[in-house]
Amino acid sequence: MTNGPDELEAQFAQWRQYVQRRRELREPDADELEDHLRGSVDELLTAGLHPDEAFLVAVKRMGSLDDLSREFAREHSERLWKQLVLAGDTDGPAATTRSRRDLLGTLLFAVGAAVSVKVPELFGANPDEDGAFYAANASLLVLPWLAGFLAWRRRAAPALIGVLLALFALGAVAANAYPLAEESQSLVLTSIHLPIALWFAVGLAYVADDVRSARRRMDFVRFTGELFVYYVLIALGGGVLIAFVFGTFEAIGVSPEDVMARWVMPCGAAGAVVVAGWLVEAKQSVVENIAPVLTRLFTPLFTVALLAFLVTFGVTSGVIDVEREALILFDLLLAVVLGLLLYSISARDPLAPAGLFDRLQLALVVSALAIDVLVLLAIAGRITEYGTTPNKAAALGENVVLLINLAWSAWLVLGLVRGRAPFAALERWQTAYLPVYAAWAWIVVLLLPPVFGYL
Amino acid sequence: MKVTKDLVAASATPMVLGILAEADSYGYAILRRINELSGGELDWTEGLLYPLLHRLERLGHVEADWRSVAGERRRKYYRITDSGLAELAEQRRQWDTVVDALKEIWRGPDGSRSLIVFPSGGLA
Repeated sequence: MTNGPDELEAQFAQWRQYVQRRRELREPDADELEDHLRGSVDELLTAGLHPDEAFLVAVKRMGSLDDLSREFAREHSERLWKQLVLAGDTDGPAATTRSRRDLLGTLLFAVGAAVSVKVPELFGANPDEDGAFYAANASLLVLPWLAGFLAWRRRAAPALIGVLLALFALGAVAANAYPLAEESQSLVLTSIHLPIALWFAVGLAYVADDVRSARRRMDFVRFTGELFVYYVLIALGGGVLIAFVFGTFEAIGVSPEDVMARWVMPCGAAGAVVVAGWLVEAKQSVVENIAPVLTRLFTPLFTVALLAFLVTFGVTSGVIDVEREALILFDLLLAVVLGLLLYSISARDPLAPAGLFDRLQLALVVSALAIDVLVLLAIAGRITEYGTTPNKAAALGENVVLLINLAWSAWLVLGLVRGRAPFAALERWQTAYLPVYAAWAWIVVLLLPPVFGYL
Repeated sequence: MKVTKDLVAASATPMVLGILAEADSYGYAILRRINELSGGELDWTEGLLYPLLHRLERLGHVEADWRSVAGERRRKYYRITDSGLAELAEQRRQWDTVVDALKEIWRGPDGSRSLIVFPSGGLA
């Protein structure tokens, strides 16, 4: 029999843990209820009960936590909606200072990004005329701030910050040092691939606390998806705001076009990247991830679309028109399929057995692979016939990179569906593969222009 | 005899406000006081009391703060506000009407006796 005061305290601590698991009951509520329980126990102790008996009786009197939380939920129904608390959390002064510091830091980095967009103008760049410059450099102006923000939040080691600086410097060299003509293919390729390459630098900042961890890498994948969704939402809100500003100012005969186009839109778009990043960080555990939900919606639809294409192709025995646009289109298709796969992986319970959705995914990946093989054959024929260009080389490289990933993924998903391979293998494969995308993006940016004579 | 749930719920607000009008108090003490007043006939649970206190706080009828009274644990004390007092007065007026009407009925034409025990402890 245990009846010491320590034992009683341990029971209180355990009870508190149960209470804290209830979303309807907040920290102050738990304090209040604990005080109530202690009052009850004290009274029973005075009545002559042993401590553990008193505790049992007191807990029993309080009734089940289910009933209690249901009653709390009626008064605090808002607690069932997970709210994103931006600042001034009620969970104590320490949390408040932390979130305030967070907010301030976010603002600083967001303003930094917004200001950076305007800096080139100080050196004579003109947004209306130097489109090529801006296309190649846009990501260089904005993404370092996001990476800096993440590195700041994670208190990244100096060595890692050095690596980040080096990567962004390398990006700056790639974007500006090569003598690329305004209408060269390489310039377009750099404009597309540099953001991807730099995005992986952001990823490095994201996983700063544990660069090799597969879990952290998967977190970065989730971060990317959520940031995209948030950015789109912010952009929609911004669009509404801009429409109102235009409407109201024009109603009083003043055209805000200049201010809007030169300042509000570019600076807002840049700052919003950091703000979106911060939102994802802040809401991580608060709001359901939306990217996996979208994945669930679109995986069946894409599967049907791809299968329909394959069937039509087989029936009409048509020929794929492998122009540049077609090549890019099919690359994008593979990227989308990969995204669907990646985001459902990111949200899947690693221990769950294979289900219908996994089979569906297998069908999606296999049909995408089948289509891609058809496209690749067509392209290979054309390249041997006409020689290659930077565009074709980049597109082909991407295709191969994605194809390898999807082919092996298909194999792993097949193993999963047949119950032969664990889900973890698929997850590991995807996270281990991430650096390959980064490497290819850097190759396109750094190596392809000189190889093709800055064409 | 236990008082029905509906009646407990209906009388909960004036009872809590009435107890707080006597003195500032905390959850456990309020519950004990209600027990005392009703001779244990009112079946109050924590699930009724605390959400009610929080609602009264949200409506501005009471204010809460954590206090350490000498020799005791730190507790969340509730204090009735002016708006709470006004609410109590209003509730009391309504309850008086109800109680008077019921008494009138139960006294019968000859004005003899009351037939039922009414849980009006909180209004006393």
